[in-house]
Amino acid sequence: MNRTIPPPIKDAVEFDIKLKPYEKFTLDNGIPVYVIKSEEQDTLQLELVFPAGSWYESESLEALATNFLMKNGTSKRTALEINEAIDYHGAYLNRNAYHENATFTLHCLTKHTEVLLPVLQDVILDPIFPEEELQLYKQNQKQKLAVNLQKCDFVANRFIDKYLFGEFHPYGRVSSMMAYDALQTETLRAFYQKHYTYNNCRIFVAGNMPANMLALLNQHFGSTRWNGETSLLRPELPVQPAEEKKFRIFNDENGVQGAIRIARPFPNRYHPDFPKMLVLNTILGGYFGSRLMSNIREEKGYTYGIYSQLYNFRQVSAINIQTEAGRDVCEATIEEVYNELRRLQNEPVPQEELDLVRNYMIGSILGDLDGAFQLIQRWKNLILNDLDENYFYNNIQTIKTITAEELQQLAKQYLTPGDFYELVVI
Amino acid sequence: MIHYNKFTLANGLRVVVHEDHTTPMAVLNVLYDVGARDENPEQTGFAHLFEHLMFGGSVNIPEYDEPLQMAGGENNAYTTSDLTNYYIQLPAENIETAFWLESDRMLSLAFSEKSLDVQRKVVSEEFKEHYINKPYGDVWHKMRELAYSSHPYRWMTIGKELSHIENAKLEDVKAFFFKFYRPVNAILSVAGNVTTEQVKTLAEKWFGDIPPGEKYHRNLPVEPPQTAAHKLDVKANVPLDALYKCYHMYARSDKRYYAADLVSDILGGGSSSRLHQVLVKEKKLFSNIDCYHFGSLDAGLLTIEGKLVKGVKMKDAEKAIQTELEKLQAEVIVDRELQKVKNRVESLLAFEDMSLLNRANNLAFYELLGDAGLMNKEFENYDVVTAEDIHREAKLLFDEKNANTIYYYAENQG
Repeated sequence: MNRTIPPPIKDAVEFDIKLKPYEKFTLDNGIPVYVIKSEEQDTLQLELVFPAGSWYESESLEALATNFLMKNGTSKRTALEINEAIDYHGAYLNRNAYHENATFTLHCLTKHTEVLLPVLQDVILDPIFPEEELQLYKQNQKQKLAVNLQKCDFVANRFIDKYLFGEFHPYGRVSSMMAYDALQTETLRAFYQKHYTYNNCRIFVAGNMPANMLALLNQHFGSTRWNGETSLLRPELPVQPAEEKKFRIFNDENGVQGAIRIARPFPNRYHPDFPKMLVLNTILGGYFGSRLMSNIREEKGYTYGIYSQLYNFRQVSAINIQTEAGRDVCEATIEEVYNELRRLQNEPVPQEELDLVRNYMIGSILGDLDGAFQLIQRWKNLILNDLDENYFYNNIQTIKTITAEELQQLAKQYLTPGDFYELVVI
Repeated sequence: MIHYNKFTLANGLRVVVHEDHTTPMAVLNVLYDVGARDENPEQTGFAHLFEHLMFGGSVNIPEYDEPLQMAGGENNAYTTSDLTNYYIQLPAENIETAFWLESDRMLSLAFSEKSLDVQRKVVSEEFKEHYINKPYGDVWHKMRELAYSSHPYRWMTIGKELSHIENAKLEDVKAFFFKFYRPVNAILSVAGNVTTEQVKTLAEKWFGDIPPGEKYHRNLPVEPPQTAAHKLDVKANVPLDALYKCYHMYARSDKRYYAADLVSDILGGGSSSRLHQVLVKEKKLFSNIDCYHFGSLDAGLLTIEGKLVKGVKMKDAEKAIQTELEKLQAEVIVDRELQKVKNRVESLLAFEDMSLLNRANNLAFYELLGDAGLMNKEFENYDVVTAEDIHREAKLLFDEKNANTIYYYAENQG
């Protein structure tokens, strides 16, 4: 046996990736329910999504605090009673607020679904925002912020988004002690009443559902026009990028590493260049074998890891290259990042590397679609962005067919070093 | 119930197969029975540094990652005090690529000076990123030294000090490899859209001719029972005072481990847990508090850690924790609370088993514990724990003589 010869492989382009369709139901009051069933395990995921993200807030942290505190007391149950009910059944009730949407996600064993839904109903339909809970939230979040502000990576993430989008834009606005202090139960209640209404709700279910799942959902979320009807306008909010491009910030004089961020704005996912940039970004810094990782970690040993990412924000995206590097090699790291950008502009990506990245990306998508929870996640991202499966298949097609010439063209247009913000936080 | 088959190759390599024909993917997992606890005290951090070197090319394959990515695969690895684990996930059609890559690095590494040079630097940056350049980042380094006098858990997986990594030599690397990275000290698990017959054929083909190596017989210094409380004051440039208390618990294979694990969940599992409810929400002494342990194979540490609300005195915070521990020692917990923590375990295990990768990791881990089949008996081990067991273990665990306490003060607070 000759161990130097790799076994034959099936190439990515040969994989026929199919996005398993969802089932769609409508509750009596009109709430859409998207479902991916699977009976292989005894677990269930139920997610309620509302347009209640930071995009809609009039004061910083309003969306986040509202979402967080909904679970901390209703007119029938204290925060402890809610937590007890969830914990007793070994369930998890996570809440999250993002730029656009806010979510409540219940994970539980299928057999406990029926007893947990009344608790979830209570949290969504009847939160009372107790003053004491808000005070505690403010105090503890401020303490957490104080710790995070000592971390160079945390500080760098805040600054780079501020440069890209402006500090008054929801994408660039950051938390602060002052913003926590300013939170009030009345404003949270008002935000809740406007955004968490039946006509703004969408439900996503995955996994092993009890046979009467739809009846249960109707019973708890479908029978009335809860919280009334509100029509939300999604205001256009212009970004205000910084004029200056280069920043050096000293956060900790004894710091032994610097957090480096090199970023530029990029069109959103509806732009034809977006799927192409997903491929170029992968080549640049999107996987372990990327140009940045190979050069700056595996060749030079300047860092434990370096990545580039493409933001998935709705209005406008950005390319962001990030790493924590030894304090004395920060400037050398930045120079190498620019060398890699220029190399993508000046030389076409070799065929072998392009084939490798195609295969890697397709293999990775195949793995990501494995299981009902992952599938509903993929569908949710399409549905919430008003897209359908064609978008997904187009992206696959781009991965399979994009040429080295197209990538070089894209690099020339978007990867010019001078167009990037450059930040080091020590 | 996780179905599996297992067999052993002539060279001693143990193989576990889990067939799942509902997925298009496959996972190949190789666990080596070596961790930071097996290191020479003068050369700590070696097991982990070695994990990095495993990606620097093997005897017949100059680049590990490229052919794997070409086959649509991804991989990673981790090192703990107890073991080192490598895993690959890829489309099942390309599973042979994973056999080819993993068997060649078990056969022999390339041992390149260049790779060692670079990875020494990379690990140094990892050390800085996680343990130096983070507030409270040095606490585990200090806690391990405080709590252990003899057992090698007294140093961290990343190493006791940077110089141990910086001084690593290529001949040390070679010796380490041929001592530990041998078929007799390894467990291979394969999960996903594969058949046992197929795995048998591939395992024979790729791993069958690797020399077995010598079985490593672990003979580590035993940690004597702690007879007096250990305390340490730390002052550092952090924004908040923090309190850490660690109590020696049981080895993973000890029946009492399960009661101790449930104790940690009663105190710190979920928002309704005792410490969170009483100390964060009611008494408002801590802004966050956790209770956990690492599930280490030898006797580990049950840990309580929390950050104090500004203005709260350390001794008041400690006393409040003490009160909660005494409650657990004085009163037998009610059935509902016991049922709660058991339900949480049942659910946790079910969610863990959803991921193919977890199933592959866990089968290898339980085989290391003695038998892959233990994975299916794990819930039973928790289910038989009684309220009296919890009561008895809480009394033993939270004996103040068994406590290691770090008072971590914010120095600019005066």
